[in-house]
Amino acid sequence: MLQVRFHGRGGQGVVTAAELLSVAAFEEGRVAQAIPSFGSERMGAPVVAFCRIADGPIRTREPVTAPDVVVVADVTLVHHVDLLDGLAPEGAVLVNTSAPADSLHAVLPFPDGVRVHGVPATELARTHVGRPVPNAALLGGLCALTGAVSLESVASALVRRFGPVVGGANALAARGGFEAVAASTGAAA
Amino acid sequence: MLQQVEGSQAVAEAVAACRPRVVCAYPITPQTHIVEALGRMVRSGALAPCRFLNVESEFAAMSVAIGASATGARVYTATASQGLLFMAEAVYNAGGLGLPVVMTLADRAVGAPINIWNDHSDAMAVRDAGWVQLFASSNQEAVDQHVLAFRLAEELSVPVMVCMDGFVLTHATEAVSVPDPSDVDAFLPPFRPRQVLDPADPMSIGAMVGPEAFTEVRYLAHLRMLAALDRVPALAAELGERVGRPVPALVAPYRLQGADVALVAMGSVLGTIADAVDALRDAGHRVGALGVTTFRPFPAAAVRDALGAVPSVVVVDRAFSPGFGGVLATDVAMALAGADVPVASVVAGLGGRPVTEASLRRLAERALDGSLEALSFLDLDRPAVEAALAADGSARPTGPTAESVLRHRGARSRRPPGSPGTPAGPTSTEVAS
Repeated sequence: MLQVRFHGRGGQGVVTAAELLSVAAFEEGRVAQAIPSFGSERMGAPVVAFCRIADGPIRTREPVTAPDVVVVADVTLVHHVDLLDGLAPEGAVLVNTSAPADSLHAVLPFPDGVRVHGVPATELARTHVGRPVPNAALLGGLCALTGAVSLESVASALVRRFGPVVGGANALAARGGFEAVAASTGAAA
Repeated sequence: MLQQVEGSQAVAEAVAACRPRVVCAYPITPQTHIVEALGRMVRSGALAPCRFLNVESEFAAMSVAIGASATGARVYTATASQGLLFMAEAVYNAGGLGLPVVMTLADRAVGAPINIWNDHSDAMAVRDAGWVQLFASSNQEAVDQHVLAFRLAEELSVPVMVCMDGFVLTHATEAVSVPDPSDVDAFLPPFRPRQVLDPADPMSIGAMVGPEAFTEVRYLAHLRMLAALDRVPALAAELGERVGRPVPALVAPYRLQGADVALVAMGSVLGTIADAVDALRDAGHRVGALGVTTFRPFPAAAVRDALGAVPSVVVVDRAFSPGFGGVLATDVAMALAGADVPVASVVAGLGGRPVTEASLRRLAERALDGSLEALSFLDLDRPAVEAALAADGSARPTGPTAESVLRHRGARSRRPPGSPGTPAGPTSTEVAS
């Protein structure tokens, strides 16, 4: 079972990202569960969402406390939330950043063995969608990082959710995110 | 058709397939997505003929539901928490009048302190209102139970409440199959009300009843509720055959064969409990579980039969009666009266605190080694409680308890439940009484 935890702020679309990841996995014939963990929803407040992907039934209803991958939509959350809490020793972190991934070590105290990848997700969203909503580009990066679902399935989930125009633009952002991570992992779309 | 969908959306589609004529609701978290989705279907004409009424309060929502039902309309509403309590008087009226209203309860804690997250306090508060209460352990169950609820309600002329855990189910996206409208039509005949207000044939509903007949009216309501204990399994079997999957009825046993300890619970925690049972069994511990699906009427005989020879029973309640203990535990103990089986009451998952597999396994292990108290609170933060108690004894006025505990728990409490840093597990004591 792959367990992903998304951290973001209200308005960055991390709840939608978890949900669309589960939809993409479902479309590939897998079993998936997405759960948001809301506070009293408001723009800018820390938001956490979870996604599990498996090949058999998922029965647990507890939050993901030992993620294989942590996705960070806003790195300033490091001041409020223990972003890496419970991260598997061989786990991976995907961060929305325009800076080189190496420079993130100064901000986040990554344990040895954890793989860190950056995606300029806000920039990609501005370019392709016209709004600074980083979720689709991060999903694309997640495809390259984990191989759990294909970029194509994520793109089709985006189009089904947001229609051909907005969904299509988000699919381009997802491709950009994929390519940003693939450049360092060697993944192929 | 199987689809990956949010629980609220799936329930809205199932309710729409039941063709309600009136949907009335007042928005309250975490129920809102359900009635929003139904509102969109009414506006688009996808759900016709149906009137969607925006009402000014939950009291009005249930009052409209009573009025609509009494004039022969199939009616649906949804609420949670304080909303349910605000409509409580009308909830009792729908029950007492025997009107087949169907309502989703997106289970949420009741304040104060205000809390938007999941437990079963709201459902327990109207346990005695004369409604059938069904508890869903997954979104698939919730969907199927709504279809069953309309048929059961109209057959027996009783209101039915489908209780599904707020956020944990209502906001979870998972694979759910919503029954085809043709299957629902074949299962659920058009509403033929037992009592109907009709200007062409005037009558009254809701007469005052004095001591000479009140007991008999109540007793007849009791008999109708008891009839549900026969009808729920029959209807679940019929619907299950039609949709091609099992539909839960009264109780759901899991690996109880040869169990030394049984964990009994209701709602979405049963999924986590099943994982815990498997892990315990793999480790050589003979533990099983029993889900209670129909809570009112209480299936005492089915509970007794399912627990059979299990020598130790642990009831995990998502609500409790302050000054006493778990509510479901009380009912289970009464069902087992005379069996000489200890029933331990464990209060867990209040106000959205996650009930984790790790905590459940420790709990079962304590039950197995005989060290579990008669009443305990899972994952209680004992130091925070002791600090608050110490502050209480220090001076007057001491200030409000909620603020005191939050102060002692510090920054951790300001995070959403389940987020990193929120202590889902125990701190110094594992299970404190």
